[in-house]
Amino acid sequence: MTTYRVAGKGRVDTGQPVTFTFDGKRFEGCAGDTVASALLANGVHLMGRSFKYHRPRGPVTAGSEEPNALIGTRRGAGQFEPNTRATVQEIWDGLETTSQNKFPNLKFDIGAINDFAYMLFSAGFYYKTFMWPKNFWHKVYEPFIRKAAGLGVSPTEEDPDTYASRNLHCDVLIVGAGPTGLAAARAAAVGGVNVVLIDENVECGGTLLSKPNAEINGMPSWDWLAAELVSLRSLGVKIMTRTTAIGYYHQNMIGMVEKLTDHLSDLPKDTPRERMWHVRAKQVILAQGALEKPLVFHGNDRPGVMLAGSAQTYLNRYGVLVGKRPVIITSHDSAWDAAFDLADAGADVRAIVDTRETVDEELQSQARMRGIGMKLSHTVTATSGRLRVSSIRVNPIDDGKAGDGLIIPCDALLMSGGWTPSLHLFSHTKGSLTWNEDQTTFLPKDTPEDCTIAGASRGLWGIENVLIDGASAGVKVAMALGKESQTRQHKVTHDRIGSGVSQIELPTDKSSGKAKAFVDFQNDVTAKDLRLAVREGMRSIEHVKRYTTNGMATDQGKMSNINGLNIAADALNKPQPQVGLTTFRPPYTPTTFGAFAGYHRGDHFEITRKTQIDSWAQENGAVFEPVGQWRRARYFPKRGEDMDTAVGRECRTTRAHVGIFDASTLGKIEVVGPDAVEFMNRMYTNPWTKLAAGRCRYGLLLGDDGFIRDDGVIGRMSQDCFHVTTTTGGAARVMNMMEDYLQTEWPDLDVWLTSTTENWSTIALNGPKAAKLLAPLVDGVELTEDAFPHMSCAECTVAGMPARLFRVSFTGEIGFEINVPAPMGRKLWETLWQAGQEHGITAYGTETMHVLRAEKGYIIVGQDTDGTVTPYDAGMGWAVAKTKKDFVGMRGLMRPDLVASNRRHLVGLLTEDGTKLEEGAQIVFDPHQAIPMTMVGHVTSSYHSDAMGRPIALALVECGQNRMGETVYIPMPDRTIAAKITSTVFFDPSNSRVKIPSGEML
Amino acid sequence: MTRFNAFNLLKNAVSSNKNWTEQWPDSQPKDEYDVVIVGAGGHGLGAAYYLAKEHGITNVAVIDKGWLGGGNTGRNTTIIRSNYLYDESAKLYDHSVDLWENLSQELNYNVMYSRRGVLMLAHNVHDVQSFSRHIHANRLNGVDNRWLTPQECKDYCPPLSISQHARYPVMGGALQERAGTARHDAVAWGYARGAAARGVDIIQNCAVTAIRRHPDGSVAGVETAKGFIKAKKVAVSAAGHTSVVMQTADVRLPLESYPLQALVSEPVKPIFPCVVMSNAVHAYISQSDKGELVIGSGTDQYTSYSQRGGLPLIEHTVAAITEIFPMFNRMRMLRKWGGIVDVTPDRSAIISKTPVPNLYVNCGWGTGGFKATPGAAHTFAWTIAKDTPHPINAPFTLERFQTGRLIDEAAAAAVAH
Amino acid sequence: MLLINCPYCEETLPEAEFVYAGEAHVLRAETPSELSDQDWAEFLFIRQNVKGVHFERWRHFHGCARFFNAARDTVSDKFLITYKAGEPRPNLTELAGDAT
Repeated sequence: MTTYRVAGKGRVDTGQPVTFTFDGKRFEGCAGDTVASALLANGVHLMGRSFKYHRPRGPVTAGSEEPNALIGTRRGAGQFEPNTRATVQEIWDGLETTSQNKFPNLKFDIGAINDFAYMLFSAGFYYKTFMWPKNFWHKVYEPFIRKAAGLGVSPTEEDPDTYASRNLHCDVLIVGAGPTGLAAARAAAVGGVNVVLIDENVECGGTLLSKPNAEINGMPSWDWLAAELVSLRSLGVKIMTRTTAIGYYHQNMIGMVEKLTDHLSDLPKDTPRERMWHVRAKQVILAQGALEKPLVFHGNDRPGVMLAGSAQTYLNRYGVLVGKRPVIITSHDSAWDAAFDLADAGADVRAIVDTRETVDEELQSQARMRGIGMKLSHTVTATSGRLRVSSIRVNPIDDGKAGDGLIIPCDALLMSGGWTPSLHLFSHTKGSLTWNEDQTTFLPKDTPEDCTIAGASRGLWGIENVLIDGASAGVKVAMALGKESQTRQHKVTHDRIGSGVSQIELPTDKSSGKAKAFVDFQNDVTAKDLRLAVREGMRSIEHVKRYTTNGMATDQGKMSNINGLNIAADALNKPQPQVGLTTFRPPYTPTTFGAFAGYHRGDHFEITRKTQIDSWAQENGAVFEPVGQWRRARYFPKRGEDMDTAVGRECRTTRAHVGIFDASTLGKIEVVGPDAVEFMNRMYTNPWTKLAAGRCRYGLLLGDDGFIRDDGVIGRMSQDCFHVTTTTGGAARVMNMMEDYLQTEWPDLDVWLTSTTENWSTIALNGPKAAKLLAPLVDGVELTEDAFPHMSCAECTVAGMPARLFRVSFTGEIGFEINVPAPMGRKLWETLWQAGQEHGITAYGTETMHVLRAEKGYIIVGQDTDGTVTPYDAGMGWAVAKTKKDFVGMRGLMRPDLVASNRRHLVGLLTEDGTKLEEGAQIVFDPHQAIPMTMVGHVTSSYHSDAMGRPIALALVECGQNRMGETVYIPMPDRTIAAKITSTVFFDPSNSRVKIPSGEML
Repeated sequence: MTRFNAFNLLKNAVSSNKNWTEQWPDSQPKDEYDVVIVGAGGHGLGAAYYLAKEHGITNVAVIDKGWLGGGNTGRNTTIIRSNYLYDESAKLYDHSVDLWENLSQELNYNVMYSRRGVLMLAHNVHDVQSFSRHIHANRLNGVDNRWLTPQECKDYCPPLSISQHARYPVMGGALQERAGTARHDAVAWGYARGAAARGVDIIQNCAVTAIRRHPDGSVAGVETAKGFIKAKKVAVSAAGHTSVVMQTADVRLPLESYPLQALVSEPVKPIFPCVVMSNAVHAYISQSDKGELVIGSGTDQYTSYSQRGGLPLIEHTVAAITEIFPMFNRMRMLRKWGGIVDVTPDRSAIISKTPVPNLYVNCGWGTGGFKATPGAAHTFAWTIAKDTPHPINAPFTLERFQTGRLIDEAAAAAVAH
Repeated sequence: MLLINCPYCEETLPEAEFVYAGEAHVLRAETPSELSDQDWAEFLFIRQNVKGVHFERWRHFHGCARFFNAARDTVSDKFLITYKAGEPRPNLTELAGDAT
């Protein structure tokens, strides 16, 4: 095989061969090669197919802006990713790569038939067609379009790799370690500030890596670079390579992704694949350089057509000649330098074609010296070669028109349309841009961030100029941080400053309607498409972009935006700023999802909150359910039991004997202070003043709109201390709401609020034997009906543990809630469990809790209420104080719709045929209506009730409380169920079971 | 207007597409209009289209401070569905879906309405109860929506992980098959073309700086960057900027504007057949016809007009996606962007008359305005033309905030739009 | 992610520690039941939604847990000042003067 590697050139390690595969074929490259440079060294230009027309494509760049050479990369199972830029991916032994968007293979692709229907598939054609017949869109056209689109294939396996994230704070972050960034880093670091210098490439140096001939301060550029890096490190500069600044966020927060393993053959153990850095820098210097512009002419997309600067990079950095017989087409001096470098490395440069009439005499004499033919004032009008350029057609330009063509055979065509400053991150800051007519480009103007942009990013050319600019940016930020620094002088020889002119489409003798002159290579957008979009009324670059998809490819418009703008402006006959520049959006280059997700995968996606008793539940076979971030035991099945059987047994045992339940997830707030009672009066609907210490009350909390927000039993532990409980899900919200009112509306109240949810383990004991079980363990309270009646609370000890004991019931049975310091929770549970064995104790979970409370008509906020329910709707008007001057929600409750006569009330439902209703099922009065039906409510809770021997349900029904005994209908898909409206209290309406029978106790 | 049909398409292809004409002219403002619509998004352009087509009111200008379709119309994740809980919402959104289904033919512009199904995932018992309530209510309202088991969810959307070891395992899902996506830009362009063909002026890059009122309080016209324009009626449909515009007429609205972000991946071959929404995990995803995974994020916590949005929210969004679709972990994000959404206290829209005679407003769509585009535009046009709401938008008044008759989908279900 | 200065802690800290709490200086009447439906709806729902300098509340949730006030430009998202709850609304022209 012919090799295109040039001895003595490049920075790759020719002594260290590396093998990899491309479409199953083995290739050899050198350590330090990218996939693109290694394939080019093997003479392979064809690396992919384009999006729409499936045209053969090769790399057009040598960097992260690459639109064409996208490949699939694979390491092993689950380690595959599509659309990897071959120009960035480093090779390693064993790397598998594949070309994309082709069938059956890269060299012969059936999809290329689209290329022949090119006229039909012009910009916006989707919008004009595929409408007839109507149902064909869904069945025929869209599946076809979808299949044709897309580039690579998605991964289909779970990713075994890990991703990390880190925070970093620094004085100065410098993005880009080319000459500008290096000079800036040095100037800032000398001033004594803490500097981080990053670059997306494998090594620092930027353009210097492609310009070994330049001499900086008397040293060859590569020697200067090496010395400078040593000196920066000794100044304490943190240098990070393979690290891309992906986005610039508020107040100098930069997101950066560091690639850690994609270049390694053997993965070190426990090393993440990528790491996301959240950087907060006091000052940021953007030194991202400039990108070379392609020229726009018929056939500019053929493999072998490449940016001249990139060819120079392949030669000087990788030691690869991209062609042995290249031709240059340019409108800028810089391509001449590329030609000279290639010629000096042994290439037979067939011609330098320049669109300009006059070119610097010095460049011309250098070309003459090397025997390179020059064609000034010439254009390229066509290229040929099916899978690789084999010749080009060159024509003289006369008065803007192309004359007769001449064919020049070649194996590469190197183009340059000049350079565009890289303004992506600057644009993320919402920085403003200004149009520079001389350079035909936008330049940075103001930014709201503490951000300095330097070097080629602000339109300066030449190594010396950018070194000086970088250094002064470094000094500037050091001074902004209160440090002194000084610029250093930089003298560069063999600097190649250069100038050029900007071009729209190159002049051609071809019918402009037929020319396939590509602007966005990947998305197959041609100059003609852009002009068509303008002709059809697209007048802003945003419209042109969206209509043609120019700039929306995976290079994010790095190659296409400025050419697109210039052509659109020309078509509109307006200056570019009036046509606008599309916004650059993060990330700078496509970024792995895993890097964003970081550690937040699997179990770590979100924390799982567990109570102290959770481990017991786990050991005893509980089935869990997520409730907010908590996991709670749902039921405790015995061998062979399903949920219904287990719940039935748990209910039965609790009502007959005693049940134990972990209520630790309930929110708990300590309300303390001289004004605690006043605060409670204002927050909750209920009156609190007369509640004696040692007594509890069910509290109802509304929003100021009058709707129920939360509820819970509240104990008055002492005159100025309330132990408030909230729902599991509402704890944080209630605490925040209380703090809000206390701090903002009533700062005069002398009250302290403390969230104590996680300080207490809470165990509920319910059942006829609850008191009998508990009494022997309690010290300090006598558990008799007289001494400690229902709705009492006290501080005492339980099994030797300090406790807050509540006599409350969410089941209708004798009930206690025992709060002990959280770490003692499991010990108390086990003690009670042990002591309960002789009483036939059962553990029960949330499902049984739900059934038992529903039998008593106790509501679950969020299930029986939904944010649109008032206390009166819920049948809890009794909980609303009538004589208070104000409480949260009092005024809201008076609003017209909240006192309307047709509100939905919470009621009980009993089906006539004993069917268990579906929760969420809708209720109607008239079952015979046509759809759409008038719905009058819905089933909020529905269970089989063991105690009642039948299913029961709670429901919100329009005017339900006035319709007791009436029949309503629940239309199901297969039939309609009739149900009678009843009270919400199904079981023990007289509440006789909560009383501890006298004489039962010791 | 050149009609789009197979013949014209071929004819133009043969003539190198040089004879296509502009889809709408770049109009300059006249002195006076019957109706001035502020905001040239899908909603505003659509309202102009229906005013002209259904109400014969063609002396209409749609004015925008930027380019048409450049606001939330062009920035959303294009989800269309109508399986809302309350009758009011279900009627409005289902009316929209009815219009969506014929919109390409109606406008002679392919808006690529893709009826690929929207699957909403349940991850806890509360979700299951809530979805059940939705499904039953939808059925009785004639809106399609049905329950799928986890395995059925997986069959419908193969990339989905239904592992019971997930942090929030999938407990099932609600599927609306008639729901789907559309090509957002095409909606704005199609309405613009249709409206312009009927005589509507579309005036771009012309900021409305104030609404002017007659001494009797009624609307007189609008001050713009291009001078004063007299108008018999003014209709505001300016999304995140609605409250800024309305304030100039002394109308204060129950709106707050928040940044909302969205993102796309690099394009890949078809892998994702439908739309999946998971409110519990905060993930909203579909795949565009171009092949990109289109992913919706949430709003930042603070009000803002900056269109910037923070990184942590994006990280959370992507984590949510890879949680439910672990196979996408090695996919790459191509770009993310921000919009400004106007949110009402009950997260339902306002399509209403205002206290100012002849001033109308269509706003408060929060994160869900795209799907409503045709229905909102259609009923808004009715409201403007007849100075009285269409029965479908009658509940979406400003007054409801006083009476308390809110349409609180979010409170009812903890379901994001 | 914004950086926010907590006027109680006197420290500038990342937004992740804070929770936004809506528009500031919205007064809840001493006796709301005396308000008209319209006034109550205004209090509950009507907001300035300023494009420009917005007076708003934040809570230093994962710090001192205090609510405080801020003036922030909703166009640039830049904070002009933060101040303690209960302090009067700062004078904007003075703030602008400070900024220059």
